[in-house]
Amino acid sequence: MSDLPRGVERRSFDGKERLATRGMPVYGEPTDGEWRLWDAGRSKLGAMIEHAMPVGLAGGESVLYLGAASGTTVSHVADFSGPTYAVEFAPRPTRDLLSVAEDRPNLFPLLKDARKPQTYAHVVESELDVIVQDVATRGQATVANRNAQFLSADGRLVAAIKARSEDVTAEPQDVFDRVVDELTAEYEIVETRSLAPFHDDHLGVVAVKR
Amino acid sequence: MTQQGWFEGVSPDDSDSTIDRIRDGDSDAPDHWPKRAVEAGFSADEETYYEQLRSVTIEATRQAVKTREQADDSQLVHAVRAMDDCDRTANELAERTAEWAGTLFDDVDPRLEAVRSLAEKTPQTPAEEQVLSLASQVDSLATEAESLRSFIEQRAPATAPNLDAMAGPVLAARLIALAGGLEQLAKKPSGTVQVLGAEDALFAHLAGRASSPKHGIIFTHEYVRGTPRENRGSAARALAGKLSIAARIDHYSGELKPEIHEELDERIETIRARTAGGDK
Repeated sequence: MSDLPRGVERRSFDGKERLATRGMPVYGEPTDGEWRLWDAGRSKLGAMIEHAMPVGLAGGESVLYLGAASGTTVSHVADFSGPTYAVEFAPRPTRDLLSVAEDRPNLFPLLKDARKPQTYAHVVESELDVIVQDVATRGQATVANRNAQFLSADGRLVAAIKARSEDVTAEPQDVFDRVVDELTAEYEIVETRSLAPFHDDHLGVVAVKR
Repeated sequence: MTQQGWFEGVSPDDSDSTIDRIRDGDSDAPDHWPKRAVEAGFSADEETYYEQLRSVTIEATRQAVKTREQADDSQLVHAVRAMDDCDRTANELAERTAEWAGTLFDDVDPRLEAVRSLAEKTPQTPAEEQVLSLASQVDSLATEAESLRSFIEQRAPATAPNLDAMAGPVLAARLIALAGGLEQLAKKPSGTVQVLGAEDALFAHLAGRASSPKHGIIFTHEYVRGTPRENRGSAARALAGKLSIAARIDHYSGELKPEIHEELDERIETIRARTAGGDK
């Protein structure tokens, strides 16, 4: 499972082996020919792949990306995936996401609230392979559970849970326990692990739809 | 149960309608939309469907972004100014009504809530009719102010998530209104944010007639008002500093950053501990 998806390679940047995908550069990232650096320190999904978590991406999957923000990570995902639906709620980052989408034939940007899937269920297709979730709101487990309807029977949830978005005062471990517990309503947990040293107080979660 | 794709009932050539469907449509559940679009004759094949989907989602999202970005902070500014006008007018009119009503009824309470309830009485004379009609105007102005407040509470989190979380929706809207917009607020130094709304005191100070004001409208924030007097200046400075950071994040990124709120909480706790701990 720890094999890199087709379309992702380790390439040498400044003497270090780093993740890279092939596509139009979007945010001034270093490039090596047509490959561009995918910085695990800026991307939680990148960190999960660096940690060899079983993210279920082999290349060519259909993806729903919740919390696409400016499109930094989703641009890499679209480089090696099939149809990629990118949902983001804040207008300002979505403006940047649009320019990422313009350079990619398989990326569909949507200015929608991930807590309300009925507002985009008429656009996003069913039976998707993977949901990638990186939303910085309270109720991250609720968002994942409500969006489970888009996954196929053995579809995967790949989520980066941010402790501080749930409760800035609680111990991150307590927050993670609560979130993971709530996720079991719709998912079976495959693996969880801390995203340190790339991201502090973040838990990477891979789960399969029940 | 509705389960309809965005392409259903619209023509692929009618871009206005397809864009509207992406922006405002909904469905209780997803479906195999690419397949259904081909079956419905909307797309020649699934490859074409994805091309159509891409151009319509990009265009719909561009329009939605523009609407949200242009509309939001100015809507908030108008709403908060209108709310303050309604509140002020309701209170002034309530005083006038109570004064008049006192000549016609016993035990007239001059407070706004009491005057609002006068409107329920049944008038017996032409003079009473006039007074009670005035009272019902007070009541509708106050109701209007309440509905403007809930509009602000609903809009502020999307327009300025960090200001909203830090200052509450109404104070967030007031700060934006005083600065003349979110962008203008984001560009102000925190010393200016600290005294927004205290312009009279500030100009008196600049003319050499008074000491510099410690706080403007942010006085209404619990972190300033609830801090003992001797440390209020520090609390106001700390709050204004984080508020201007919040405004910048809201304007330039638009994402909620819980870290800055936590930092402010800690800072205020430290400032208050100075008083609580006596001469620390």
